[in-house]
Amino acid sequence: MKAAVITFPGSNREGDVAKALKQAGATVAHVWHADTTLPAGTDLVVLPGGFSYGDYLRTGAIAGRANIMDATRAHAERGGYVLGICNGFQIVCEAGLLPGILMRNADLKFVCKRQHLTVERADTPYANAYAKGQVIDVCIAHGEGNYIADSDTLARLEGEGLVAFRYADAQGAVTAEANPNGSLNNIAGIYSPKLNVLGLMPHPENLIDSLTGGTDGRGMFESLMGGRKAA
Amino acid sequence: MKARVTVTLKTGVLDPQGKAIEGALKSLGIDGVGAVRQGKIFDIELAGADKAAAEAALKTACEKLLANTVIENYRVEIGA
Repeated sequence: MKAAVITFPGSNREGDVAKALKQAGATVAHVWHADTTLPAGTDLVVLPGGFSYGDYLRTGAIAGRANIMDATRAHAERGGYVLGICNGFQIVCEAGLLPGILMRNADLKFVCKRQHLTVERADTPYANAYAKGQVIDVCIAHGEGNYIADSDTLARLEGEGLVAFRYADAQGAVTAEANPNGSLNNIAGIYSPKLNVLGLMPHPENLIDSLTGGTDGRGMFESLMGGRKAA
Repeated sequence: MKARVTVTLKTGVLDPQGKAIEGALKSLGIDGVGAVRQGKIFDIELAGADKAAAEAALKTACEKLLANTVIENYRVEIGA
């Protein structure tokens, strides 16, 4: 698996996600946002966390229109994998690769803590190393993670099974108390209809080593290594 | 030529920042404050004198970048 990790001005977890990908067996190229092409043979494009362009205008808005996003959009249209984590989720929404938008957390506070998620489905390229309904312990760090979509879009996401992860408590109960940011239906991540694009607010790349508190994030990267080659 | 673009949240979209501002105004004891919704204003200088062309260009700018039409409305006003 060849991964391209995009770096924008203000990205700050590109090193972490590269480490997680390499640990799982991927080769990783770092690509600058102003480039217009992806390295030949790229299977997976990763948009990492951070504060691209200082979150000016709206989070992810300016990065979503960067040069490399045209190539990323074409890659996604060919069925290639695109993974947006945290700021990357905001970017893929702003770029039109996923529907909806991430708004300011409902309580207006930046939230940085460990967070349990339920794995909503395990038959996808990103979650096949997990079990459906499994509760994983990862971390979140964001001020704008409040997932909002209009009611038709939300109904479509739910109806087509495109919710990837939900915020939950340690027992896997999806409750208002376990929702850290006000996201509709506790949504922590969503898939595109073809399941090749995933956007999520939590950081699986930060829970890949027991030295730093846990390994529940590894499953996502191991899942990708087992998946089919992108077109 | 100068233009002003105003971007506001659509009706029904929750605005936690507006709510916080509303609370702050009330705690300052400012009389008669009801609901507060916040938004953005862009003052933009434009080359050329064709108002219709400027309006079309700014509409494109709003659709492509200045507003996220999932949650926001925009208004374009062209000045002198």
